[in-house]
Amino acid sequence: MGEYLGRRTLHSAVSLIGLVVLVFFLARLTGNPADLYLPVDASIQERQNFAEIHGFNDPLIVQFGNFLAGVASFDFGESLRYSQPALQLVLHAFPTTLKLAFFSIGIALSIAIVTGALAAWRIQGVFDRIASILALAGASIPHFWIAIVGVLVFAVTLRLVPTSGTGTVAQWILPVAVLAIRPCGLIVQVVRGSMLSALSSAYVKTARAKGVRTRIIIFVHALRNAMLPVITVAGDQAVGIVNGAVIVETIFGFPGVGKLMIDAITNRDFALVQTAVLVTAVAIFLMNILIDIAYAMLDPRIRHT
Amino acid sequence: MGITIDRADEALPEEQPFRQSLKLLWRDKFAFFAAVVLLIVFFFAIFGPALFGPEATLMNLRARNTPPFSLEHGWINVLGTDSLGRSILARIIVGSQNTIAISGAAVICSMTIGSILGLAAGFRGGWLGNIIMRTADIIMSFPSLLLALIVLYVLGASVTNVVLVLAITRIPLYLRTSRAEVLEIRERMFVTAARVMGARPRRLMWRHIAPLVAPTMITLATLDFAFVMLAESSLTFLGLGIQPPEITWGLMVAEGRAYLATAWWVSFWPGVAITIVTMSLNLLSNWVRIVTDPVQRWRLEATKSHD
Repeated sequence: MGEYLGRRTLHSAVSLIGLVVLVFFLARLTGNPADLYLPVDASIQERQNFAEIHGFNDPLIVQFGNFLAGVASFDFGESLRYSQPALQLVLHAFPTTLKLAFFSIGIALSIAIVTGALAAWRIQGVFDRIASILALAGASIPHFWIAIVGVLVFAVTLRLVPTSGTGTVAQWILPVAVLAIRPCGLIVQVVRGSMLSALSSAYVKTARAKGVRTRIIIFVHALRNAMLPVITVAGDQAVGIVNGAVIVETIFGFPGVGKLMIDAITNRDFALVQTAVLVTAVAIFLMNILIDIAYAMLDPRIRHT
Repeated sequence: MGITIDRADEALPEEQPFRQSLKLLWRDKFAFFAAVVLLIVFFFAIFGPALFGPEATLMNLRARNTPPFSLEHGWINVLGTDSLGRSILARIIVGSQNTIAISGAAVICSMTIGSILGLAAGFRGGWLGNIIMRTADIIMSFPSLLLALIVLYVLGASVTNVVLVLAITRIPLYLRTSRAEVLEIRERMFVTAARVMGARPRRLMWRHIAPLVAPTMITLATLDFAFVMLAESSLTFLGLGIQPPEITWGLMVAEGRAYLATAWWVSFWPGVAITIVTMSLNLLSNWVRIVTDPVQRWRLEATKSHD
């Protein structure tokens, strides 16, 4: 298991370093990086000064070394708009996004596993048909639209929840629900598919022949073996939830990394954009390792090799 | 009636593949419905701007913010009008062209580039294959929107850049699949035979291996269309994709957001359009998955037609 985890971690680390390099060269390839960092109305003199101070006139390789040194010592530069270290701003916003993602994926997973398992038990039955159509709809609806419809129905018309903010529990309901819909729909489909094959296997037939109760067959015998593909997809969805978080945070005015990033883009605050992307990438790197550990714990074949 | 249908079932394998697929499509009513919806959408994507071009941009201040289902200002305004009195229905029909064309272009780009790189990585292997695969890993391991955001920030938002960014984020999908296929196909007897006959690597790859990989790639591209469409409309919604005065569904939702409390229909209907199309695509791809899977295919073949 140690070797497996080591290899997977190394792979993820290579990807992480790749992204750091990509971000650096993207900013340098498109001409003068000072244009990215400075506001649009900065004068030519300002631009030259900025380039001189930050070493943009040095050879590319020297700049790259400096950039790496900065990243290694957690110095990502200063946000233009807020005049604060960019890292501090991002780390301040990060817990909100993390909580949002955690609740959403948790709720999506628990609903999806139960629904998918029950749908697979009576395939083509009433429950299965309804669940399948709803899952498909959930996987097809764009985040931004369902968020807007949610605001319209529950906040504007019914006045049940507020439209934005993070102060109270009520303010979390809509964003978490919106964010959970898509992963939930996709995971239901995967659970259903993998339960179908688990339920048709010989050991389930044996258990049934022995007279084991249905509930135990579904949730203990079959589900455990059906979980492997689910973990993979849930992991993908957890990475993908960042996509949704950007949109949901923008719509609900949530002070998370997603909103910070979009605001930084509108304000042309490159240091902040770059930091937000890199910090999110590190978080995903750590999460990938967690997923690999979960995978190894569920699948003895991986654990023992 | 039942007997004749049973005979038709027996005759299934001997029929033309196309007619057979149509028959299987008819068996799955949801998929059939989805296919019809998609045909209609593609019709409007091609002919929409020619048919409703003027209506989509025509401002009628007297009819502004007309609620839906009122025929007061003509049937074209049945879904309501926006704050400038432009018909929502006409704009959805005209916008379908951009929405479909941009997603289509991105899907075709990513499929072509991804398959070729996958062929190269699988066939040649070595350091080239390694570099290709590691790059794909980097793209795969980060949220597509994050990459798209930073690339669009640096390059600027334009139709070409949006297509480029969407294509880049989807390339790894085709790359991995085509590489896996090539690795399997190149060990087959006929490839060895061709090699023994003296076929050059290039001929082996394009003449013998590529045609076998192509159908999988095309199926994959059909399945991926819905995802790309959602990604495109999300980018546009965030203001980083297509810019006004172009009309796309994502842009229409974004434009209507400001009028949510007073004119909900402005952003509601384009969202319905996106949902219907992605759902139809997903229904159809579910059907494709069942039909191409021998373990599940019998379910469709065994279903009796009700006609």
